[in-house]
Amino acid sequence: MFKATVIVKRKPAILDPQGKAAQQGAKLLGFENIKQTRIDKFICFEIHVDEISQAEEELKQYCDKILTNPNMEEYEFKLEKF
Amino acid sequence: MKVKFGVVVFPGSNCDYDTFYVLNTIFNAHTEFLWHKDTDIKGSDVIILPGGFSYGDYVRTGAIAKFSPIMNEVAKFANNGGIVLGICNGFQILLEMNLLPGVMLKNTSLKFISKDIFVKVTNKNTFFSSKIEKDVLQIPIAHSEGNYFAEDSVLTELQENNQIVLQYSSQDGIVSDEFNPNGSKLNIAGIINKQGNILGMMPHPERNSESILGNRDGSGIFESIISNFINK
Repeated sequence: MFKATVIVKRKPAILDPQGKAAQQGAKLLGFENIKQTRIDKFICFEIHVDEISQAEEELKQYCDKILTNPNMEEYEFKLEKF
Repeated sequence: MKVKFGVVVFPGSNCDYDTFYVLNTIFNAHTEFLWHKDTDIKGSDVIILPGGFSYGDYVRTGAIAKFSPIMNEVAKFANNGGIVLGICNGFQILLEMNLLPGVMLKNTSLKFISKDIFVKVTNKNTFFSSKIEKDVLQIPIAHSEGNYFAEDSVLTELQENNQIVLQYSSQDGIVSDEFNPNGSKLNIAGIINKQGNILGMMPHPERNSESILGNRDGSGIFESIISNFINK
């Protein structure tokens, strides 16, 4: 069995209004060194299979079909056996 | 001949009854609700995906709704040339299903915007807009993810094929940043697919289709569909 963690990021060209708002907040608070804030998604779940290749296959299908919209997002993932 | 409308009901739809009322009572059209778990479109000639917050807008707006059993049938219907109108959340679902190009992002203001705005009817030569008399409609919007985005190549294609039907504008039809409520590329408020049978629009025509509400600018959308269907 595997624990999966997925980070979903908007593609660089896609505007991130939430990140922009947080960045403006950082500026207001005087955090001069904080730049380029992006607010993305962190998702975790379990995959109850034995083979990592199968886990990876199912994870990718899940990401491609539900968790991300490939028109605006990309993702990276990590699988840990438990 | 009477046009048969089907209005899809998802958990979280909240404009389904308004849409049903307008079609059934104002336009005297045969109208049925289509439950999301059903797989029968009940002989509908036209399918409407109404506004609301299907599945709580979880994951992304429209992301879960597209897997509802009824949506397989709606996709088949649409791909066979069936007439489909997506209003607000319905538009977001059509984008998630790739029945229309592009995506919806959060409004640039990050706020839910609910107010009357003006849209220019940029293309009146469609199944959904040919009977609209005015050039500019005053019509309500109510959304927080209505910021239409697509890559430049897609936007160019939309323009070249006259697929942009509605654009946010001034009362006089001036399309500019000043009159863009949510940050949409090209002030896009409504687009149609290349084949012309699927329209997605963020404004809510079902909310101003009878004169008792002070303005019936939304009615032209439904009048166009009904009239064009009968003359098809």
